[in-house]
Amino acid sequence: MLAKLFSGDFPRSRVLAALLLVILFSLACAPFLTTGARMLNVAATICIFIVLAASYDLLLGYTGIVSFAHTMFYGIGAYGVGLALNSIAANWWAVFAGVIAALLLSLALALVIGLFSLRVKAIFFAMITLAVASAFAVLASQLSDFTGGEDGRSFTVPEILHPDFRLFDAEVFGRVIDGKLITYYLVFCSALVLFLLMLRIVNSPFGRVLQAIRENDFRAEALGYRTAIYRTIGNCLAALIATLAGALMTLWLRYVGPATFLSFEVMTDVLLIVVIGGMGTLYGAVIGATLLILAQNYLHALMGQTSAALSGIPWLSMLFHPDRWLLWLGVLFVLSVYFFPSGIVGRLRRSARPA
Amino acid sequence: MSEALLTLKGVHTHIGQYHILQGIDLVVPKNGLMVLLGRNGAGKTTTLRTIMGLWHASQGTVNFAGRDITHSATPDISCAGIAYVPENMGIFADLTVRENLFLAARNVKKAGEMDTARLEWIFGFFPALRKFWGQPAGTLSGGQKQMLAIARAIVEPRKLLLVDEPTKGLAPAIVRSLIDAFLELKTTETTILLVEQNFNFVKSLGDSVAVIDDGRMVHTGTMAELSGDMDLQQKLLGLALEHQY
Repeated sequence: MLAKLFSGDFPRSRVLAALLLVILFSLACAPFLTTGARMLNVAATICIFIVLAASYDLLLGYTGIVSFAHTMFYGIGAYGVGLALNSIAANWWAVFAGVIAALLLSLALALVIGLFSLRVKAIFFAMITLAVASAFAVLASQLSDFTGGEDGRSFTVPEILHPDFRLFDAEVFGRVIDGKLITYYLVFCSALVLFLLMLRIVNSPFGRVLQAIRENDFRAEALGYRTAIYRTIGNCLAALIATLAGALMTLWLRYVGPATFLSFEVMTDVLLIVVIGGMGTLYGAVIGATLLILAQNYLHALMGQTSAALSGIPWLSMLFHPDRWLLWLGVLFVLSVYFFPSGIVGRLRRSARPA
Repeated sequence: MSEALLTLKGVHTHIGQYHILQGIDLVVPKNGLMVLLGRNGAGKTTTLRTIMGLWHASQGTVNFAGRDITHSATPDISCAGIAYVPENMGIFADLTVRENLFLAARNVKKAGEMDTARLEWIFGFFPALRKFWGQPAGTLSGGQKQMLAIARAIVEPRKLLLVDEPTKGLAPAIVRSLIDAFLELKTTETTILLVEQNFNFVKSLGDSVAVIDDGRMVHTGTMAELSGDMDLQQKLLGLALEHQY
Protein backbone atom coordinates (compact mmCIF):
# COMPACT_ATOMS: atom_id res chain seq x y z
CA MET A 1 0.00 0.00 0.00
CA LEU A 2 2.71 2.42 1.10
CA ALA A 3 4.93 1.18 -1.70
CA LYS A 4 2.17 1.85 -4.17
CA LEU A 5 1.59 5.35 -2.82
CA PHE A 6 5.28 6.20 -3.03
CA SER A 7 5.68 4.26 -6.30
CA GLY A 8 8.42 2.25 -4.61
CA ASP A 9 10.63 5.33 -4.30
CA PHE A 10 11.26 5.61 -0.58
CA PRO A 11 13.41 8.30 1.04
CA ARG A 12 16.14 5.67 1.66
CA SER A 13 17.57 7.57 4.60
CA ARG A 14 16.25 7.77 8.16
CA VAL A 15 17.11 11.44 8.58
CA LEU A 16 15.47 12.29 5.28
CA ALA A 17 12.38 10.25 6.13
CA ALA A 18 12.12 12.00 9.49
CA LEU A 19 12.53 15.43 7.88
CA LEU A 20 9.88 14.65 5.30
CA LEU A 21 7.48 13.41 7.98
CA VAL A 22 7.99 16.58 10.01
CA ILE A 23 7.36 18.73 6.93
CA LEU A 24 4.28 16.72 5.94
CA PHE A 25 2.88 16.87 9.44
CA SER A 26 3.57 20.60 9.81
CA LEU A 27 1.99 21.42 6.48
CA ALA A 28 -1.00 19.16 7.14
CA CYS A 29 -1.68 20.74 10.52
CA ALA A 30 -0.39 24.25 9.78
CA PRO A 31 -3.73 26.03 10.40
CA PHE A 32 -4.05 24.39 13.82
CA LEU A 33 -0.42 24.82 14.83
CA THR A 34 -0.37 28.54 14.22
CA THR A 35 -2.82 31.38 14.35
CA GLY A 36 -0.97 33.96 12.31
CA ALA A 37 -2.07 34.67 8.77
CA ARG A 38 1.56 35.07 7.79
CA MET A 39 2.52 31.58 8.89
CA LEU A 40 -0.35 30.06 6.99
CA ASN A 41 0.77 32.04 3.95
CA VAL A 42 4.28 30.62 4.34
CA ALA A 43 2.86 27.09 4.60
CA ALA A 44 0.74 27.51 1.46
CA THR A 45 3.68 28.99 -0.42
CA ILE A 46 5.81 26.00 0.59
CA CYS A 47 3.14 23.57 -0.67
CA ILE A 48 2.96 25.30 -4.04
CA PHE A 49 6.69 25.73 -4.46
CA ILE A 50 7.21 22.04 -3.70
CA VAL A 51 5.01 21.24 -6.69
CA LEU A 52 6.57 23.94 -8.88
CA ALA A 53 10.14 22.93 -8.03
CA ALA A 54 9.38 19.21 -8.33
CA SER A 55 7.90 19.72 -11.78
CA TYR A 56 11.01 21.68 -12.74
CA ASP A 57 13.09 18.79 -11.45
CA LEU A 58 11.28 16.55 -13.95
CA LEU A 59 13.11 18.62 -16.56
CA LEU A 60 16.39 19.57 -14.96
CA GLY A 61 17.08 16.65 -12.66
CA TYR A 62 15.42 13.75 -14.41
CA THR A 63 15.73 14.58 -18.10
CA GLY A 64 18.68 16.95 -18.05
CA ILE A 65 16.84 19.74 -19.84
CA VAL A 66 17.60 23.34 -18.83
CA SER A 67 14.50 25.45 -19.31
CA PHE A 68 13.85 29.06 -18.32
CA ALA A 69 10.20 28.97 -19.31
CA HIS A 70 8.94 27.26 -16.19
CA THR A 71 7.65 30.45 -14.60
CA MET A 72 5.85 31.21 -17.84
CA PHE A 73 3.74 28.07 -17.42
CA TYR A 74 3.29 28.91 -13.75
CA GLY A 75 2.12 32.35 -14.85
CA ILE A 76 -0.21 30.93 -17.48
CA GLY A 77 -1.97 28.90 -14.78
CA ALA A 78 -2.24 31.96 -12.56
CA TYR A 79 -3.45 34.29 -15.31
CA GLY A 80 -5.86 31.67 -16.63
CA VAL A 81 -7.68 31.31 -13.32
CA GLY A 82 -7.25 34.92 -12.27
CA LEU A 83 -8.56 36.48 -15.46
CA ALA A 84 -11.40 33.98 -15.70
CA LEU A 85 -12.53 34.80 -12.17
CA ASN A 86 -12.10 38.48 -12.87
CA SER A 87 -13.94 38.63 -16.15
CA ILE A 88 -16.52 35.81 -15.98
CA ALA A 89 -17.81 35.48 -12.44
CA ALA A 90 -16.62 34.37 -9.02
CA ASN A 91 -17.77 30.79 -9.30
CA TRP A 92 -16.32 27.32 -9.82
CA TRP A 93 -17.19 27.30 -13.50
CA ALA A 94 -14.87 30.21 -14.04
CA VAL A 95 -12.10 28.46 -12.10
CA PHE A 96 -12.66 25.32 -14.12
CA ALA A 97 -12.72 27.17 -17.45
CA GLY A 98 -9.63 29.13 -16.48
CA VAL A 99 -7.70 26.00 -15.53
CA ILE A 100 -8.68 24.18 -18.73
CA ALA A 101 -7.82 27.15 -20.93
CA ALA A 102 -4.50 27.61 -19.14
CA LEU A 103 -3.66 23.91 -19.44
CA LEU A 104 -4.43 23.94 -23.16
CA LEU A 105 -2.33 27.03 -23.75
CA SER A 106 0.57 25.60 -21.73
CA LEU A 107 0.35 22.30 -23.56
CA ALA A 108 0.36 24.02 -26.94
CA LEU A 109 3.30 26.26 -26.04
CA ALA A 110 5.31 23.43 -24.45
CA LEU A 111 4.64 21.25 -27.48
CA VAL A 112 5.71 23.92 -29.94
CA ILE A 113 8.82 24.89 -27.99
CA GLY A 114 9.66 21.23 -27.52
CA LEU A 115 9.19 20.11 -31.08
CA PHE A 116 11.10 23.07 -32.47
CA SER A 117 14.02 23.07 -30.13
CA LEU A 118 14.40 19.83 -28.16
CA ARG A 119 15.99 18.19 -31.17
CA VAL A 120 18.88 20.61 -31.08
CA LYS A 121 21.57 21.20 -28.49
CA ALA A 122 20.61 21.88 -24.87
CA ILE A 123 21.92 25.44 -24.94
CA PHE A 124 19.59 26.40 -27.81
CA PHE A 125 16.62 25.03 -25.94
CA ALA A 126 17.59 27.06 -22.88
CA MET A 127 17.92 30.21 -25.01
CA ILE A 128 14.60 29.68 -26.77
CA THR A 129 12.75 29.11 -23.51
CA LEU A 130 14.35 32.26 -22.14
CA ALA A 131 13.24 34.25 -25.18
CA VAL A 132 9.67 32.91 -25.16
CA ALA A 133 9.32 33.43 -21.41
CA SER A 134 10.59 37.01 -21.63
CA ALA A 135 8.23 37.73 -24.51
CA PHE A 136 5.35 36.31 -22.50
CA ALA A 137 6.23 38.40 -19.45
CA VAL A 138 6.37 41.56 -21.57
CA LEU A 139 3.08 40.66 -23.20
CA ALA A 140 1.42 40.14 -19.81
CA SER A 141 2.49 43.53 -18.54
CA GLN A 142 1.75 45.38 -21.80
CA LEU A 143 -1.74 44.05 -22.47
CA SER A 144 -2.86 46.06 -19.48
CA ASP A 145 -6.53 46.32 -20.46
CA PHE A 146 -6.79 42.58 -20.27
CA THR A 147 -4.18 41.57 -17.69
CA GLY A 148 -4.03 44.63 -15.50
CA GLY A 149 -0.48 45.37 -16.57
CA GLU A 150 2.20 45.67 -13.90
CA ASP A 151 -0.44 46.08 -11.20
CA GLY A 152 -2.02 42.76 -12.02
CA ARG A 153 -5.58 41.93 -11.08
CA SER A 154 -7.25 41.24 -7.79
CA PHE A 155 -10.42 39.25 -7.98
CA THR A 156 -13.06 37.55 -5.90
CA VAL A 157 -12.84 33.80 -5.45
CA PRO A 158 -15.80 31.40 -5.24
CA GLU A 159 -17.72 31.95 -2.04
CA ILE A 160 -16.54 28.85 -0.21
CA LEU A 161 -12.91 30.02 -0.56
CA HIS A 162 -13.68 33.54 0.58
CA PRO A 163 -12.18 34.56 3.96
CA ASP A 164 -15.61 35.63 5.23
CA PHE A 165 -17.13 32.25 4.59
CA ARG A 166 -17.87 30.10 7.67
CA LEU A 167 -18.34 26.37 7.28
CA PHE A 168 -19.53 25.86 10.88
CA ASP A 169 -20.62 28.32 13.47
CA ALA A 170 -18.58 26.62 16.15
CA GLU A 171 -14.81 26.46 16.27
CA VAL A 172 -12.98 23.20 15.52
CA PHE A 173 -9.86 22.59 17.63
CA GLY A 174 -9.84 26.26 18.49
CA ARG A 175 -9.95 27.38 14.91
CA VAL A 176 -12.78 28.91 12.90
CA ILE A 177 -13.27 26.92 9.73
CA ASP A 178 -13.26 29.84 7.35
CA GLY A 179 -12.73 30.17 3.61
CA LYS A 180 -9.01 30.83 4.03
CA LEU A 181 -8.61 27.52 5.81
CA ILE A 182 -10.60 25.69 3.16
CA THR A 183 -8.43 27.29 0.48
CA TYR A 184 -5.36 26.17 2.40
CA TYR A 185 -6.55 22.58 2.42
CA LEU A 186 -7.43 22.80 -1.25
CA VAL A 187 -3.85 23.91 -1.89
CA PHE A 188 -2.36 21.32 0.46
CA CYS A 189 -4.34 18.36 -0.89
CA SER A 190 -3.80 19.33 -4.51
CA ALA A 191 -0.07 19.73 -3.87
CA LEU A 192 0.07 16.33 -2.19
CA VAL A 193 -1.79 14.62 -5.03
CA LEU A 194 0.35 16.32 -7.67
CA PHE A 195 3.51 15.36 -5.80
CA LEU A 196 2.49 11.70 -5.56
CA LEU A 197 1.53 11.81 -9.24
CA MET A 198 5.00 13.07 -10.14
CA LEU A 199 6.55 10.39 -7.97
CA ARG A 200 4.54 7.89 -10.00
CA ILE A 201 5.70 9.43 -13.28
CA VAL A 202 9.41 9.44 -12.49
CA ASN A 203 9.32 5.87 -11.24
CA SER A 204 7.38 4.55 -14.19
CA PRO A 205 9.11 2.99 -17.20
CA PHE A 206 8.64 6.37 -18.87
CA GLY A 207 10.55 8.04 -16.05
CA ARG A 208 13.38 5.53 -16.43
CA VAL A 209 13.69 6.45 -20.09
CA LEU A 210 13.95 10.12 -19.11
CA GLN A 211 16.76 9.26 -16.73
CA ALA A 212 18.48 7.20 -19.41
CA ILE A 213 18.29 10.21 -21.75
CA ARG A 214 19.83 12.40 -19.08
CA GLU A 215 22.71 9.99 -18.57
CA ASN A 216 23.47 9.21 -22.18
CA ASP A 217 21.08 10.21 -24.92
CA PHE A 218 23.01 8.44 -27.69
CA ARG A 219 22.68 5.16 -25.81
CA ALA A 220 18.99 5.76 -25.28
CA GLU A 221 18.64 6.31 -29.03
CA ALA A 222 20.64 3.19 -29.77
CA LEU A 223 18.30 1.22 -27.51
CA GLY A 224 15.51 2.38 -29.79
CA TYR A 225 14.02 5.30 -27.85
CA ARG A 226 13.13 8.44 -29.79
CA THR A 227 14.65 10.86 -27.37
CA ALA A 228 13.11 13.96 -28.96
CA ILE A 229 9.62 12.58 -28.34
CA TYR A 230 10.36 11.57 -24.75
CA ARG A 231 11.92 14.96 -24.07
CA THR A 232 8.91 16.73 -25.53
CA ILE A 233 6.46 14.68 -23.45
CA GLY A 234 8.55 15.38 -20.34
CA ASN A 235 8.53 19.07 -21.18
CA CYS A 236 4.74 19.06 -21.63
CA LEU A 237 4.13 17.19 -18.36
CA ALA A 238 6.33 19.59 -16.42
CA ALA A 239 4.57 22.55 -18.05
CA LEU A 240 1.10 21.21 -17.18
CA ILE A 241 2.00 20.65 -13.55
CA ALA A 242 3.57 24.11 -13.30
CA THR A 243 0.34 25.51 -14.73
CA LEU A 244 -1.66 23.80 -11.98
CA ALA A 245 0.75 25.15 -9.37
CA GLY A 246 0.18 28.65 -10.73
CA ALA A 247 -3.59 28.16 -10.61
CA LEU A 248 -3.38 27.10 -6.95
CA MET A 249 -1.17 30.05 -6.07
CA THR A 250 -3.51 32.56 -7.63
CA LEU A 251 -6.49 31.07 -5.77
CA TRP A 252 -4.55 31.37 -2.55
CA LEU A 253 -3.43 34.97 -3.15
CA ARG A 254 -6.68 36.11 -4.83
CA TYR A 255 -4.35 38.15 -7.00
CA VAL A 256 -2.44 37.73 -10.22
CA GLY A 257 0.39 39.94 -11.43
CA PRO A 258 3.63 39.75 -13.37
CA ALA A 259 6.01 40.33 -10.44
CA THR A 260 4.56 37.44 -8.42
CA PHE A 261 4.18 34.94 -11.24
CA LEU A 262 6.35 35.83 -14.21
CA SER A 263 9.44 37.55 -12.83
CA PHE A 264 12.85 36.02 -13.21
CA GLU A 265 13.16 35.92 -9.43
CA VAL A 266 10.56 33.17 -9.29
CA MET A 267 12.67 31.23 -11.80
CA THR A 268 15.85 31.67 -9.75
CA ASP A 269 13.98 30.63 -6.61
CA VAL A 270 12.88 27.44 -8.33
CA LEU A 271 16.41 26.79 -9.59
CA LEU A 272 17.84 27.33 -6.11
CA ILE A 273 15.25 25.01 -4.54
CA VAL A 274 16.07 22.24 -6.99
CA VAL A 275 19.83 22.63 -6.72
CA ILE A 276 19.93 22.97 -2.93
CA GLY A 277 17.42 20.21 -2.28
CA GLY A 278 19.06 17.85 -4.74
CA MET A 279 18.58 17.35 -8.46
CA GLY A 280 17.13 14.14 -9.75
CA THR A 281 15.06 13.38 -6.68
CA LEU A 282 11.63 14.81 -6.04
CA TYR A 283 12.23 14.78 -2.28
CA GLY A 284 14.89 17.38 -2.95
CA ALA A 285 12.15 19.78 -4.00
CA VAL A 286 10.37 19.23 -0.65
CA ILE A 287 13.47 19.94 1.43
CA GLY A 288 14.66 22.76 -0.81
CA ALA A 289 11.30 24.54 -0.99
CA THR A 290 10.80 24.35 2.77
CA LEU A 291 14.27 25.72 3.47
CA LEU A 292 14.16 28.51 0.91
CA ILE A 293 10.68 29.75 1.72
CA LEU A 294 11.37 29.63 5.46
CA ALA A 295 14.64 31.48 4.97
CA GLN A 296 13.03 34.11 2.77
CA ASN A 297 10.34 34.73 5.33
CA TYR A 298 12.10 34.37 8.65
CA LEU A 299 15.78 35.09 8.09
CA HIS A 300 14.92 38.77 8.22
CA ALA A 301 13.27 38.51 11.64
CA LEU A 302 15.92 36.15 12.97
CA MET A 303 18.62 38.62 12.03
CA GLY A 304 16.74 41.46 13.65
CA GLN A 305 16.88 39.54 16.94
CA THR A 306 20.52 38.60 16.48
CA SER A 307 21.42 42.16 15.71
CA ALA A 308 19.58 43.39 18.79
CA ALA A 309 21.36 40.81 20.95
CA LEU A 310 24.71 41.92 19.55
CA SER A 311 23.94 45.62 19.83
CA GLY A 312 26.88 46.11 22.19
CA ILE A 313 29.37 45.08 19.52
CA PRO A 314 29.18 47.73 16.78
CA TRP A 315 30.81 45.88 13.89
CA LEU A 316 29.01 42.55 14.39
CA SER A 317 25.61 44.13 14.92
CA MET A 318 26.06 45.97 11.64
CA LEU A 319 26.85 42.69 9.92
CA PHE A 320 23.69 41.10 11.29
CA HIS A 321 21.50 44.10 10.62
CA PRO A 322 18.17 42.92 9.13
CA ASP A 323 18.92 44.86 5.97
CA ARG A 324 21.78 42.44 5.28
CA TRP A 325 19.50 39.44 5.14
CA LEU A 326 19.99 38.93 1.39
CA LEU A 327 23.74 38.82 1.94
CA TRP A 328 23.31 36.01 4.45
CA LEU A 329 20.88 34.17 2.25
CA GLY A 330 23.55 34.32 -0.47
CA VAL A 331 26.20 33.04 1.92
CA LEU A 332 23.93 30.17 2.91
CA PHE A 333 23.46 29.22 -0.77
CA VAL A 334 27.16 29.33 -1.55
CA LEU A 335 27.92 27.19 1.48
CA SER A 336 25.20 24.65 0.76
CA VAL A 337 26.25 24.25 -2.88
CA TYR A 338 29.86 23.96 -1.78
CA PHE A 339 29.25 21.37 0.91
CA PHE A 340 26.34 19.52 -0.70
CA PRO A 341 27.14 19.42 -4.42
CA SER A 342 24.54 16.71 -4.92
CA GLY A 343 22.01 18.63 -2.86
CA ILE A 344 20.83 17.97 0.66
CA VAL A 345 18.90 14.85 -0.30
CA GLY A 346 21.81 13.48 -2.31
CA ARG A 347 24.03 14.03 0.70
CA LEU A 348 21.62 12.40 3.15
CA ARG A 349 21.11 9.41 0.92
CA ARG A 350 24.81 8.90 0.42
CA SER A 351 25.56 8.88 4.13
CA ALA A 352 22.69 6.43 4.59
CA ARG A 353 24.05 3.98 2.03
CA PRO A 354 26.55 1.53 3.52
CA ALA A 355 29.97 2.20 2.02
CA MET B 1 29.10 -18.49 -47.04
CA SER B 2 25.50 -18.14 -46.01
CA GLU B 3 23.28 -15.22 -47.00
CA ALA B 4 24.19 -11.70 -46.04
CA LEU B 5 22.51 -10.03 -43.08
CA LEU B 6 24.22 -6.67 -43.39
CA THR B 7 25.76 -5.20 -46.51
CA LEU B 8 27.73 -1.98 -46.77
CA LYS B 9 28.38 -0.79 -50.30
CA GLY B 10 30.87 1.98 -51.01
CA VAL B 11 30.16 3.74 -47.74
CA HIS B 12 31.79 7.12 -47.19
CA THR B 13 31.42 8.90 -43.88
CA HIS B 14 32.55 12.38 -43.06
CA ILE B 15 32.88 13.65 -39.53
CA GLY B 16 33.08 17.39 -39.80
CA GLN B 17 35.87 18.12 -42.23
CA TYR B 18 37.42 14.67 -41.88
CA HIS B 19 36.79 12.02 -44.46
CA ILE B 20 36.90 8.94 -42.24
CA LEU B 21 35.37 6.08 -44.24
CA GLN B 22 36.47 6.19 -47.83
CA GLY B 23 34.39 3.57 -49.53
CA ILE B 24 33.79 0.64 -47.20
CA ASP B 25 32.42 -2.57 -48.69
CA LEU B 26 31.46 -5.10 -46.09
CA VAL B 27 29.23 -8.15 -46.13
CA VAL B 28 28.31 -9.60 -42.76
CA PRO B 29 26.99 -13.12 -43.31
CA LYS B 30 24.01 -14.32 -41.31
CA ASN B 31 24.87 -16.22 -38.12
CA GLY B 32 28.36 -16.53 -36.82
CA LEU B 33 30.81 -13.97 -35.64
CA MET B 34 32.69 -11.55 -37.84
CA VAL B 35 35.69 -9.67 -36.56
CA LEU B 36 36.61 -6.22 -37.75
CA LEU B 37 40.31 -5.59 -37.22
CA GLY B 38 42.45 -2.55 -37.85
CA ARG B 39 44.84 -0.07 -36.36
CA ASN B 40 43.82 2.81 -34.11
CA GLY B 41 42.03 5.41 -36.14
CA ALA B 42 41.46 3.11 -39.09
CA GLY B 43 37.70 3.68 -38.98
CA LYS B 44 36.39 0.64 -37.12
CA THR B 45 34.27 2.54 -34.62
CA THR B 46 33.06 4.91 -37.33
CA THR B 47 31.92 1.89 -39.33
CA LEU B 48 29.84 0.67 -36.39
CA ARG B 49 28.46 4.14 -35.72
CA THR B 50 27.55 4.53 -39.38
CA ILE B 51 25.67 1.22 -39.34
CA MET B 52 23.86 2.37 -36.20
CA GLY B 53 22.91 5.71 -37.76
CA LEU B 54 24.86 7.75 -35.22
CA TRP B 55 26.81 9.10 -38.17
CA HIS B 56 25.22 9.14 -41.56
CA ALA B 57 26.97 7.95 -44.68
CA SER B 58 27.56 10.71 -47.20
CA GLN B 59 27.75 8.16 -50.00
CA GLY B 60 26.99 4.49 -50.46
CA THR B 61 24.31 2.29 -48.92
CA VAL B 62 23.81 0.27 -45.77
CA ASN B 63 21.43 -2.62 -46.18
CA PHE B 64 20.17 -4.64 -43.23
CA ALA B 65 18.00 -7.75 -43.57
CA GLY B 66 16.74 -6.64 -46.96
CA ARG B 67 16.06 -3.06 -45.88
CA ASP B 68 17.94 0.10 -46.78
CA ILE B 69 18.85 1.74 -43.47
CA THR B 70 21.37 4.25 -44.82
CA HIS B 71 19.28 7.24 -43.84
CA SER B 72 17.19 5.73 -41.04
CA ALA B 73 17.19 7.29 -37.59
CA THR B 74 19.01 5.47 -34.81
CA PRO B 75 15.87 4.39 -32.93
CA ASP B 76 14.45 2.83 -36.10
CA ILE B 77 17.67 0.98 -36.75
CA SER B 78 17.63 -0.27 -33.18
CA CYS B 79 14.05 -1.44 -33.52
CA ALA B 80 14.91 -3.20 -36.77
CA GLY B 81 17.03 -5.56 -34.66
CA ILE B 82 20.54 -4.16 -34.26
CA ALA B 83 22.02 -3.78 -30.80
CA TYR B 84 25.17 -1.76 -30.20
CA VAL B 85 27.67 -2.02 -27.38
CA PRO B 86 29.89 1.05 -27.71
CA GLU B 87 33.47 1.21 -26.59
CA ASN B 88 32.67 3.41 -23.60
CA MET B 89 29.83 0.98 -22.73
CA GLY B 90 27.44 3.86 -22.10
CA ILE B 91 25.67 2.31 -19.17
CA PHE B 92 23.24 4.49 -17.23
CA ALA B 93 25.27 4.98 -14.08
CA ASP B 94 22.54 6.28 -11.78
CA LEU B 95 20.09 3.53 -12.64
CA THR B 96 20.33 0.06 -11.16
CA VAL B 97 21.47 -3.00 -13.08
CA ARG B 98 17.86 -4.13 -13.22
CA GLU B 99 16.67 -0.80 -14.61
CA ASN B 100 19.45 -0.76 -17.19
CA LEU B 101 18.36 -4.15 -18.47
CA PHE B 102 14.69 -3.28 -18.29
CA LEU B 103 15.23 -0.19 -20.47
CA ALA B 104 16.80 -2.39 -23.12
CA ALA B 105 13.97 -4.93 -23.00
CA ARG B 106 11.74 -3.02 -25.37
CA ASN B 107 8.95 -5.59 -25.52
CA VAL B 108 8.45 -5.64 -21.76
CA LYS B 109 6.08 -3.17 -20.13
CA LYS B 110 6.85 -3.81 -16.47
CA ALA B 111 10.19 -4.59 -14.86
CA GLY B 112 8.73 -7.68 -13.20
CA GLU B 113 7.81 -9.22 -16.54
CA MET B 114 11.26 -9.63 -18.00
CA ASP B 115 11.95 -13.01 -19.54
CA THR B 116 13.33 -14.89 -16.53
CA ALA B 117 14.64 -17.82 -18.55
CA ARG B 118 16.67 -15.46 -20.70
CA LEU B 119 17.89 -13.56 -17.63
CA GLU B 120 18.98 -16.84 -16.06
CA TRP B 121 20.81 -17.63 -19.29
CA ILE B 122 22.61 -14.25 -19.10
CA PHE B 123 23.38 -14.71 -15.38
CA GLY B 124 24.89 -18.05 -16.37
CA PHE B 125 27.85 -16.36 -17.99
CA PHE B 126 27.68 -13.00 -16.18
CA PRO B 127 26.95 -14.04 -12.56
CA ALA B 128 28.06 -10.62 -11.26
CA LEU B 129 24.89 -9.09 -12.68
CA ARG B 130 22.73 -11.22 -10.42
CA LYS B 131 24.82 -10.24 -7.43
CA PHE B 132 24.55 -6.48 -8.10
CA TRP B 133 20.98 -6.61 -9.45
CA GLY B 134 19.63 -3.78 -7.32
CA GLN B 135 22.77 -1.61 -7.26
CA PRO B 136 23.38 1.55 -9.27
CA ALA B 137 25.34 0.53 -12.33
CA GLY B 138 27.86 3.29 -11.68
CA THR B 139 29.19 1.33 -8.70
CA LEU B 140 30.19 -1.68 -10.80
CA SER B 141 33.79 -2.39 -11.79
CA GLY B 142 34.96 -1.86 -15.37
CA GLY B 143 34.56 -5.52 -16.28
CA GLN B 144 31.14 -5.73 -14.69
CA LYS B 145 30.05 -2.63 -16.60
CA GLN B 146 31.18 -4.31 -19.82
CA MET B 147 29.15 -7.38 -18.87
CA LEU B 148 26.14 -5.17 -18.21
CA ALA B 149 26.62 -3.38 -21.52
CA ILE B 150 26.66 -6.70 -23.38
CA ALA B 151 23.79 -8.08 -21.31
CA ARG B 152 21.78 -5.00 -22.18
CA ALA B 153 22.33 -5.68 -25.86
CA ILE B 154 21.22 -9.32 -25.61
CA VAL B 155 18.42 -9.06 -23.03
CA GLU B 156 16.08 -9.62 -25.94
CA PRO B 157 17.00 -11.60 -29.03
CA ARG B 158 18.47 -9.35 -31.70
CA LYS B 159 19.43 -10.13 -35.25
CA LEU B 160 22.75 -8.34 -35.15
CA LEU B 161 25.04 -7.34 -32.32
CA LEU B 162 27.69 -4.68 -32.84
CA VAL B 163 30.38 -4.80 -30.15
CA ASP B 164 33.20 -2.27 -29.98
CA GLU B 165 36.44 -3.38 -28.29
CA PRO B 166 34.93 -5.21 -25.32
CA THR B 167 38.30 -6.27 -23.87
CA LYS B 168 39.81 -2.82 -23.66
CA GLY B 169 41.34 -2.28 -20.25
CA LEU B 170 39.97 -5.48 -18.75
CA ALA B 171 41.81 -8.03 -16.60
CA PRO B 172 42.68 -11.38 -18.29
CA ALA B 173 40.26 -13.32 -16.10
CA ILE B 174 37.39 -11.12 -17.22
CA VAL B 175 38.50 -11.38 -20.84
CA ARG B 176 38.23 -15.16 -20.50
CA SER B 177 34.70 -14.93 -19.20
CA LEU B 178 33.85 -12.65 -22.11
CA ILE B 179 35.21 -15.29 -24.51
CA ASP B 180 32.90 -17.86 -22.87
CA ALA B 181 29.99 -15.47 -23.22
CA PHE B 182 30.64 -14.87 -26.90
CA LEU B 183 31.04 -18.61 -27.54
CA GLU B 184 27.67 -19.11 -25.87
CA LEU B 185 26.14 -16.29 -27.92
CA LYS B 186 27.43 -17.85 -31.11
CA THR B 187 25.21 -20.86 -30.49
CA THR B 188 22.14 -18.62 -30.75
CA GLU B 189 20.55 -17.02 -33.79
CA THR B 190 22.39 -13.74 -33.19
CA THR B 191 24.97 -12.53 -35.67
CA ILE B 192 27.87 -10.65 -34.13
CA LEU B 193 30.13 -8.01 -35.61
CA LEU B 194 33.03 -7.52 -33.22
CA VAL B 195 35.60 -4.74 -33.40
CA GLU B 196 38.80 -5.66 -31.66
CA GLN B 197 42.49 -4.85 -31.49
CA ASN B 198 43.35 -7.84 -29.35
CA PHE B 199 43.95 -10.50 -31.99
CA ASN B 200 44.46 -13.26 -29.44
CA PHE B 201 41.01 -12.62 -28.06
CA VAL B 202 39.23 -12.94 -31.38
CA LYS B 203 41.42 -15.66 -32.94
CA SER B 204 39.42 -18.40 -31.29
CA LEU B 205 36.07 -16.65 -31.67
CA GLY B 206 35.80 -15.33 -35.17
CA ASP B 207 34.39 -17.18 -38.14
CA SER B 208 35.21 -14.52 -40.66
CA VAL B 209 37.38 -11.46 -40.52
CA ALA B 210 37.62 -8.09 -42.21
CA VAL B 211 40.57 -5.73 -41.91
CA ILE B 212 40.16 -2.02 -42.32
CA ASP B 213 42.91 0.54 -42.82
CA ASP B 214 42.70 4.27 -43.48
CA GLY B 215 38.98 4.05 -44.09
CA ARG B 216 39.18 1.27 -46.64
CA MET B 217 38.73 -2.50 -46.53
CA VAL B 218 42.08 -4.12 -47.11
CA HIS B 219 41.20 -7.75 -46.50
CA THR B 220 38.23 -10.03 -45.99
CA GLY B 221 38.30 -13.75 -45.50
CA THR B 222 37.90 -16.51 -42.95
CA MET B 223 39.49 -16.40 -39.56
CA ALA B 224 41.13 -19.77 -40.10
CA GLU B 225 42.96 -18.42 -43.12
CA LEU B 226 44.25 -15.34 -41.34
CA SER B 227 45.26 -16.99 -38.10
CA GLY B 228 47.19 -19.66 -39.99
CA ASP B 229 49.08 -17.21 -42.15
CA MET B 230 51.68 -15.30 -40.16
CA ASP B 231 52.90 -13.36 -43.17
CA LEU B 232 49.41 -12.11 -43.92
CA GLN B 233 48.95 -11.05 -40.31
CA GLN B 234 52.25 -9.26 -40.44
CA LYS B 235 51.25 -7.51 -43.61
CA LEU B 236 47.75 -6.52 -42.50
CA LEU B 237 48.11 -5.85 -38.85
CA GLY B 238 51.73 -4.79 -38.77
CA LEU B 239 54.17 -4.67 -35.95
CA ALA B 240 51.55 -3.87 -33.39
CA LEU B 241 50.74 -7.54 -33.01
CA GLU B 242 54.28 -8.83 -32.76
CA HIS B 243 54.61 -8.78 -28.99
CA GLN B 244 51.42 -10.71 -28.52
CA TYR B 245 52.96 -13.96 -29.68
